[in-house]
Amino acid sequence: MSYTRPLDFKNGRIEMSYGSGGRAMAQLITELFAKVFDNSYLAQGNDGALLPCVNGRLVMSTDSHVVSPLFFAGGDIGCLSVHGTINDVAMMGAQPLYLSAAFILEEGFPLADLHRIVVSMAQAAREAGVPIVTGDTKVVEQGKGDGVFITTTGVGVVRDGITLSGNLAQPGDKVLLSGAIGDHGMAVLSQREGLSFDAPIVSDTAALHGLVAAMLDSGACLRVLRDPTRGGLATTLNEIAKQSGVGMLLQEAAIPVHQMVEAACEFLGLDPLYVANEGKLVAICAAEDAARLLKVMRAHPQAVDAAIIGEVLEDAHGFVQMVTRMGGRRIVDWLAGEQLPRIC
Amino acid sequence: MLLLDSGLRRNDGVLVKYVDEFRDGELAKIIAANIVREADPQRVYRLMEFCGGHTHAISRYGLADLLPASVRLIHGPGCPVCVLPIGRVDQAIRLATEQGVILCTYADTMRVPASDNLTLMRAKAGGADVRMIYSTQDALKIARDNPKKQVVFFAIGFETTTPPTAVAIKQAQAADLKNFSILCNHVLTPAAMHAILAVEGGVALDGFIGPAHVSTVIGSRPYEVFADDYAKPVVIAGFEPLDVMQAILMLIRQINEGRAAVENEFTRAVTREGNRKAQAWVDEVFELREVFEWRGLGSVPHSALKLREKFSAFDAELKFSAEYIAVSDHKACECAAILRGRKHPQECKIFGTVCTPENPVGSCMVSSEGACAAHYSYGRFRGATL
Repeated sequence: MSYTRPLDFKNGRIEMSYGSGGRAMAQLITELFAKVFDNSYLAQGNDGALLPCVNGRLVMSTDSHVVSPLFFAGGDIGCLSVHGTINDVAMMGAQPLYLSAAFILEEGFPLADLHRIVVSMAQAAREAGVPIVTGDTKVVEQGKGDGVFITTTGVGVVRDGITLSGNLAQPGDKVLLSGAIGDHGMAVLSQREGLSFDAPIVSDTAALHGLVAAMLDSGACLRVLRDPTRGGLATTLNEIAKQSGVGMLLQEAAIPVHQMVEAACEFLGLDPLYVANEGKLVAICAAEDAARLLKVMRAHPQAVDAAIIGEVLEDAHGFVQMVTRMGGRRIVDWLAGEQLPRIC
Repeated sequence: MLLLDSGLRRNDGVLVKYVDEFRDGELAKIIAANIVREADPQRVYRLMEFCGGHTHAISRYGLADLLPASVRLIHGPGCPVCVLPIGRVDQAIRLATEQGVILCTYADTMRVPASDNLTLMRAKAGGADVRMIYSTQDALKIARDNPKKQVVFFAIGFETTTPPTAVAIKQAQAADLKNFSILCNHVLTPAAMHAILAVEGGVALDGFIGPAHVSTVIGSRPYEVFADDYAKPVVIAGFEPLDVMQAILMLIRQINEGRAAVENEFTRAVTREGNRKAQAWVDEVFELREVFEWRGLGSVPHSALKLREKFSAFDAELKFSAEYIAVSDHKACECAAILRGRKHPQECKIFGTVCTPENPVGSCMVSSEGACAAHYSYGRFRGATL
């Protein structure tokens, strides 16, 4: 076999040939993806991964990641794409088992950045104990992508007796939140807008299946789990209210938020209730189990600031209402379009 | 919100405060109790908060729930995008689509409905180069970075946003930036207040909660005419919920005492004279327009600004011969009456049905500072029927 010059992970860039199915693509897979992700399923070297039998119902979820900037305080698009899909699987009450990863790379994208992203994904997957078992790479011409887009798909298994769904919230149930809101969105946005503070706002990106397992093990009557990502806490609660045909009443004073996040939101004219999180979850459980569940959550390192933030009400309108810290009431509505900063 | 840490410092070491001090629920209860005690239940206090910033604070914190029935808040026209007529947005869209300029705009403006079911956002989706910016400095940078393209800044807003535009024009002139211009729609608060008060037969208003940010620039003096000539009390207030509550209490006291004066609740930022430096910049760069059409208020004389002749090279209307063509509002839209405080959003036939924040027909539904959007997004559970 003839000598092939190794990929230049210092100064090299993505070329169209890396997506063409030829030798260059094979080299990218061997020298980067297979090497860094390194697991026996990927090592099979086939178009798909042959996986062992599992006992229980399967959960499957997919998520595309298009974040800009690609690298931000607390994470990057790589670990985000692993955490995001693991969390979507975990919110179904499942133990995440496997991930796939598909990359759309833009011609000219630095190989050094790609290497950094892939290493970050591998580390996130390893820490979570969920291997990336299959994948795909495509290259688009310069100007037709934003550096790199990553789509991950996850498969998990739900043990018997567990059924979580957005349509199961019942009047009287309590609404729990695992920690402070808005960290991820403001970490990304403040970086994008060049806002700088003493200590940067750090994304909360994290895989939550360990926390979920602890919550399930508590035996509390859990009905809904969801991670308030895009659209933030407000959007997630509205989705659940709609699916379940109920209303909610939140207590603003109980919703945790880091002061820096609140300040950055003030600067940019945003409401933290609508800002994305990547390492938080919302749980809805029977009222009688709420205190016990809260205790279990607070004992877990990922939910030390967990709080009961409200309750589920009977309401045919499906309004999510909130008692403000001033003592008045308001609706916490669906987001209309994008959250746009106000002028004055 | 439950704040988890304290002591936030900016890079320059200045402690960032004034976020939560003015959102203290316990203090709000004390002011609310004073309002309840002092407001005469036999009369009605019709108070207009001129600014959208106040409208937003009132709705976001549910302040109406803290007030007795005798205090009625009327949402005024001080929302920059709400008073922008359709024809002005059309003008901006035409610059982007027909003249091929890079159009820079503040975010709120992106969704204002224009003719032909267009918005700047839809024009952008259709291929126009529309960029959302936070500051006039961003627009200048885009102009410097794109020397072969014409860059137009869609300059809108009241006196708060005018000085940054003036500075940008001066910078553009100093740098001889030939590809930068502005579509000037800066408007004046006192002129709008005159337009509201100078209605034949008088107006059903007992006092104004005066602007916060606008007043930091123009000072409190320009409102004295409303107290002196129209006998309407004015209390200038900050945009935080406690500011608004305190201003309401101060207005009730004036009304009870039969006084009409300009009082300043927002002393931490507003003086009688305002920001002289900003005023000087504005005066150097801009002059009064003879007349300007406002959405809701109609044509109001001397109510808006245009560039002075020596800066006319930066006037996009002249540079691109961009004509303003007036367009009438949707027939059923009550924005005009709502902006004058004559109607409530719920009294509009299309409120919440045809006109929603997702598909705004009238401009009051566009920004969360608009009376309709604020009521829809924060308050529509009140009076909701099954």
